[in-house]
Amino acid sequence: MMQRSELLLGNEAIARGALEAGVNFATGYPGTPSTEIMETILRVARERGIYAEWSINEKVACEVAAAGAFAGLTSISAMKNAGLSVALDFLTHLSLTGLGAQGGSMVVVVCDDPGAHSSGDETDSRWLARFLYAPLLEPSSVQEAKDVTRWAFHLSRENGCYVMIRSYTRLSHSSGILALDELPPVKDVKASLDAFNCLSPYLALPKHAKIVERLGRIQDLFEHSAFNSYEGPERPELLIVCSGSGYFCAKEAVELLGLEDSVGLLKLVTIWPFPRKFVRNHLQRARSILVVEEVDPVLETLVKETICDDCREMKTIWGKNSGHLPFYGEITPDLVLNALLRIGFGARSPSPCRKPCSEELANLLISRALSWCAGCPHRATFWALERAIRAERRGVYVTGDIGCYILDVFPEGKCQMKLLHAMGSGLGLASGLGQLRKFGAHQPIVSICGDSTFFHASIPALINAVYNGSNLLHIILDNSATAMTGFQAHPGVGYTALGEKAKKIEIERLCEALDVPVKVVDPFQLRATVKAMRELIRMDNGVRVLVSRRSCELLRMRSEKKKPFHVRVAPERCSGQNCAVCYRDLRCPAMCVDAEGKAWIREDACPGCGYCATICPFKAIIKEETNDE
Amino acid sequence: MTSEGHDPLNIIVCGVGGQGNILLSRMLGRVFQRRGFNVYIGETFGAAQRGGPVHSSLRVSRRRQYGPLIPAGRAHLVVGLEPMETLRALVEFGGEHTVVITNTRPVLPTGVLAGRAKYPPLDRLLDAIRRLSKKCWAIDVNELAMKLGSPLVTNTVLMGYLLGTGELPIELQEVEREVRDSFPPEKAELNLRGLRLGLDAIETDWAAI
Repeated sequence: MMQRSELLLGNEAIARGALEAGVNFATGYPGTPSTEIMETILRVARERGIYAEWSINEKVACEVAAAGAFAGLTSISAMKNAGLSVALDFLTHLSLTGLGAQGGSMVVVVCDDPGAHSSGDETDSRWLARFLYAPLLEPSSVQEAKDVTRWAFHLSRENGCYVMIRSYTRLSHSSGILALDELPPVKDVKASLDAFNCLSPYLALPKHAKIVERLGRIQDLFEHSAFNSYEGPERPELLIVCSGSGYFCAKEAVELLGLEDSVGLLKLVTIWPFPRKFVRNHLQRARSILVVEEVDPVLETLVKETICDDCREMKTIWGKNSGHLPFYGEITPDLVLNALLRIGFGARSPSPCRKPCSEELANLLISRALSWCAGCPHRATFWALERAIRAERRGVYVTGDIGCYILDVFPEGKCQMKLLHAMGSGLGLASGLGQLRKFGAHQPIVSICGDSTFFHASIPALINAVYNGSNLLHIILDNSATAMTGFQAHPGVGYTALGEKAKKIEIERLCEALDVPVKVVDPFQLRATVKAMRELIRMDNGVRVLVSRRSCELLRMRSEKKKPFHVRVAPERCSGQNCAVCYRDLRCPAMCVDAEGKAWIREDACPGCGYCATICPFKAIIKEETNDE
Repeated sequence: MTSEGHDPLNIIVCGVGGQGNILLSRMLGRVFQRRGFNVYIGETFGAAQRGGPVHSSLRVSRRRQYGPLIPAGRAHLVVGLEPMETLRALVEFGGEHTVVITNTRPVLPTGVLAGRAKYPPLDRLLDAIRRLSKKCWAIDVNELAMKLGSPLVTNTVLMGYLLGTGELPIELQEVEREVRDSFPPEKAELNLRGLRLGLDAIETDWAAI
């Protein structure tokens, strides 16, 4: 039978691998570049009898997935690098207990973001596999992503432990031709619950001993894994050890330099436990080794350990520590090519293809800084906040969080937020800042987070602040969506990931249960919003909460096709450069300026929200309600 | 055909979020896939929704699978939906072999619209594009697309224009098939017309070169 093949994303390939392995329990929390894994599974979840959810955060996602595995199901949990850190506590313990004896399996997929295209960091998750005693696989192509995922489930079931897969932006968001295998028939799966899996101090040591034994078993398997491969001459002058993104980059650099006859490529997919005998056998091919990998020197460290313990011969190891490849950023074919030239391989430089670009030409480029979409309610909340802070004249100090509102600290934002870290950290930090009065810091404290972030990790910080009497105002920007990653469901939206109706968890009621003053405003009501902000800032005692609620404009446009208002500038009233508040300060992408300095609105970019009419000091922006046509 | 003979064939499709860039690169990818080529596409679309640059790189080969990143200076074809983004791609990937097919209609960054920055004059942009490539085909696709009354077909009009240049060894029928597969029926019709429009534009354009 002809095998069907499709051009698919790496993330879709991982999901396909899970589906081919018969996954029936799937969880995750959205985060670029991991989101499409769950979304692909969700598209077929009903027809394939899969339970799937966007969990409240990655720790809970892993717990839910593990519950499935304990009951004998086939489960997956997918997240971005920052999410793995959230799940770490639970995964540490899950490593110790294993998955029980019901024949379940669990795969944890983590998508790193080398180059930090869409993350606050480019943390290398591979270190954590070792910390977690978890088997780790790192595929390097879209096809391998699927094949590795299928195998990971098998590995998990056979060894009674979860298996980690590390993807990264250049795999998750690359498309390749994927050969599809048949999906297994949908069958009724009976979950059974009788596992005993508890941890306690007197069980920790024997469990730990068992893990060491288990990792030894898996290491033996990895020594013979067909995913690890060598290509090149029997006795190369240089052996390149690589994995993940590094493989294609190294292969291309070798090809460009015409070094196929003198340089060998050892590609590793099974990263931890490290297949030391297999690697040692290949290390014996050459005296010079170049390690090519993305971000941290993980393989380099493992190779050096192997040489130290298992090789009789001294080797020269090139890589990050030797200064030939960078410790940060994405790996590229050019970086490897230059490393090869620098260590003396590739006598002939490849033909210089690149046309020299003078500074004059490069300077023609201007940046396309991201900004909030036209009509975004966050712009309005920050506009009001800026006004409230200015009016207070007390140097209000603002902490931020992770979501679309991080655009506040981008070049087109208002730069109100002064601290920005992990999911939920804005409120945790504010909880501490709100205790500094006794040390002489009297600035009012405001923290900001979105609705999805509030559920994800802000609730414990809120309770902490309330109970310990921290002095702060917490503003929740509720746009009824996990907007940044593409509108995934969360407990505040009233439907589940599978599209089933659910009872909304009301943020203000949850806060009221903690006995804190709560106000709800529509940020488009500028005066009322500034007033509420100022009142709550001035309360100056304990925790206060403001919910700034208005649906994400992109969501509104999806459901209502028409613009609420026709918005235009009356040029005779516009004060132009003397004012410029709308185009200089508001920075809505639909707001433009003409040659005379007067404002005008790009009809095709304007969603008709009418907020600019609210802020124009000269009433030169006119909004007219659209009539039903 | 200029692009023939390169293996791997390296194509960059670039533009701004919302211009249909990803769809264009996937349609190209599938055309080559059907022809039995190995295709790999690297994408950066994290900023797609909010007006940021979007950049796809296609690697097409008979011999083997290539990774998603094109080495510096080694693009064979740059398909640009926006002139400044075309230049942005060329600064890193433009070289001796690079043929450019670019839209000349700027999408102004927010900062320019609001008078905080200046968009470079189009003639200087095009001059820079020519200096960093071997050959450049430039056309205002938006103007053509507006003939169909829809700015949404700019990507298929550009695809038609690309076919007309003969710079890529693929046939109209192959692309038409992809258009039918990629759009719902009512939109497919419009996009097929866009494809033709771009293709026909080349006839009038030959004179200019």
